[in-house]
Amino acid sequence: MESVLGRYRNLIILVLVLFLQVLGLAVQVKRGGNDSENTRLIRVWAVDAVTPFERGIVWLQTGCGNLWHNYFYLRGVRAENRQLKEQIEQMRLEQVRLSEDAAQAHRLQNLLAFKEQYISKTVAAQVIGSSGSDLSRMVYIDKGEDAGLKRDMAVITADGVVGKLMLVYASTAQVLLINDQTSGVGVILENSRLQGVLRGTANGEVVLERVMSDEQVAPGEKVLTSGGDQIFPKGLPVGIIMKVGSGKDLFLNIRVKPAADLSKLEEVLVLVEKQDRQALADDSTRMRAADILAQRLPSVPDKPAVDPKAPPASGTAAGRPPTTTAAKPAVPGGVSQVAKNSATATAASNGSIQVVKGTSPTSAATKPATAVKPSTSPNKSSANTQQSGAEGKPASTSPAKVVPPVQTPPPAQPSDSQPAEQNSPQ
Amino acid sequence: MPITYTSGEQVEVYRFSIPVTIGVPLLALFIQVFVPLRFPRFAMYFDLPLLVTIFFGMARRNPISGLFTGAVIGLAQDMLGHNPIGLYGIAKTVVGFGASSLGVKLDVENAGARFLVTLGFYLLHAAVYFTVARGLVSLSLDWSWKSGILAGLANAFVGVPLYFFLDKFKQRT
Repeated sequence: MESVLGRYRNLIILVLVLFLQVLGLAVQVKRGGNDSENTRLIRVWAVDAVTPFERGIVWLQTGCGNLWHNYFYLRGVRAENRQLKEQIEQMRLEQVRLSEDAAQAHRLQNLLAFKEQYISKTVAAQVIGSSGSDLSRMVYIDKGEDAGLKRDMAVITADGVVGKLMLVYASTAQVLLINDQTSGVGVILENSRLQGVLRGTANGEVVLERVMSDEQVAPGEKVLTSGGDQIFPKGLPVGIIMKVGSGKDLFLNIRVKPAADLSKLEEVLVLVEKQDRQALADDSTRMRAADILAQRLPSVPDKPAVDPKAPPASGTAAGRPPTTTAAKPAVPGGVSQVAKNSATATAASNGSIQVVKGTSPTSAATKPATAVKPSTSPNKSSANTQQSGAEGKPASTSPAKVVPPVQTPPPAQPSDSQPAEQNSPQ
Repeated sequence: MPITYTSGEQVEVYRFSIPVTIGVPLLALFIQVFVPLRFPRFAMYFDLPLLVTIFFGMARRNPISGLFTGAVIGLAQDMLGHNPIGLYGIAKTVVGFGASSLGVKLDVENAGARFLVTLGFYLLHAAVYFTVARGLVSLSLDWSWKSGILAGLANAFVGVPLYFFLDKFKQRT
């Protein structure tokens, strides 16, 4: 017996060591698949042994790079500075336009009681290492629990989504990239609004799953986060669809090119706080986009079409809808005037506002917000329709912007082409 | 003068100082996780911890020492990733044992033998990893002979000069 043990000693030890490792693997798999949280204590040894060197080299590299670029290599800086100043001026103008659009969007969200997630706090971190294996696509960053990082926080760059935090140590953290085969991101397509799950593959590609094969998906369409995974806020850029093919089980096989360059990450942002809150729009304090537009457009003296023979407007007191109510902003020469001049025209200073011709004389006359509605939100018209009510009262959201009802003579041909103020069949 | 096709008693067995024993694997691990930040394809084609495992295994010519060296280096490599610990550990244990056993029986001091041994052990390592990852952990991996042989050749080309460099740290017993 002893001779057998001595003869096969090496083999027995090999089998024993392999058996122990297989046992350890089985325990990990049983406890939670690829959840590395169970082995955190063991992993921290290796991470602590390697990351100080990585941190030191990155610091040295950054320091040398900054010294060179900030003190020695300043060629073309003046020209670049001048160019950037011009760019800032242009962007300021653009900002004014965008802020008006944003205010309008907030109002609409407020009307619809939308809740959105705001990124309220981020922590910038530097990438200091990787896993060293193409079968484990993750990187290490130089911030950890000390900086307030926690597991499952989203990691992004200016270009798009990078991944999420897996293991967070005291001064480092592990970021699982979106092209790892164990990762998953809830996404939505920008134009078609189709939702799916973004996953990595074994060879580092990113594919969009759970999109039915009968859906129309075109290459080049942008992929955004849907917010459904409760990790990434909605609307962050994820990538662009590269190729669409038929997959298995009635689903499409969609290859996505990540927006962020995952192979050349240097600095990333960790979203440490995001808040669910309602849009802060307040119609009483903010001007409507339509009013801003009205102020900018050249005004025409307001001439209400009033028939002196007609009795005073009875409105709802007569027990019927005030079919002669004219929707007109309080601002002189407002949108109603524009509508009068061209009822079917699209009056859009920024491409988001249009004057819609009334399909129904009653609706056109009684719903000021319906007559002028932003093109970006079809829901607003329905909201205002509800607010108008069956009794024909003006929309409650902006009562000050509606002039008293004025009765006009019946039109000869009530049709869609008539101005909004005259759509009043008796 | 290298000894070829000799018995276990006649081969030269080397040992290494403690700083080299600890420092070289640590340095290999460090390079393996740091270089891909600048050269992303490095991790796809090169496995420096594997080369170090093969080198120590062949130089020490002791299967038990070789398998433990492989196990420690592989487990450390596992700890730096997010996959379950043991995938690289098992693969490198087998490679360490095999390299040591081969070092006892064959001359592995010349460049040609080292090239072929490295290529062979890279494929063995990939096969063991693939089997364990698919069989035990259910990772979805695709086996590719083409990429496997390419990566094996790349490692062999890097391994041969690396082994000659590391030969300088050998100490005769």
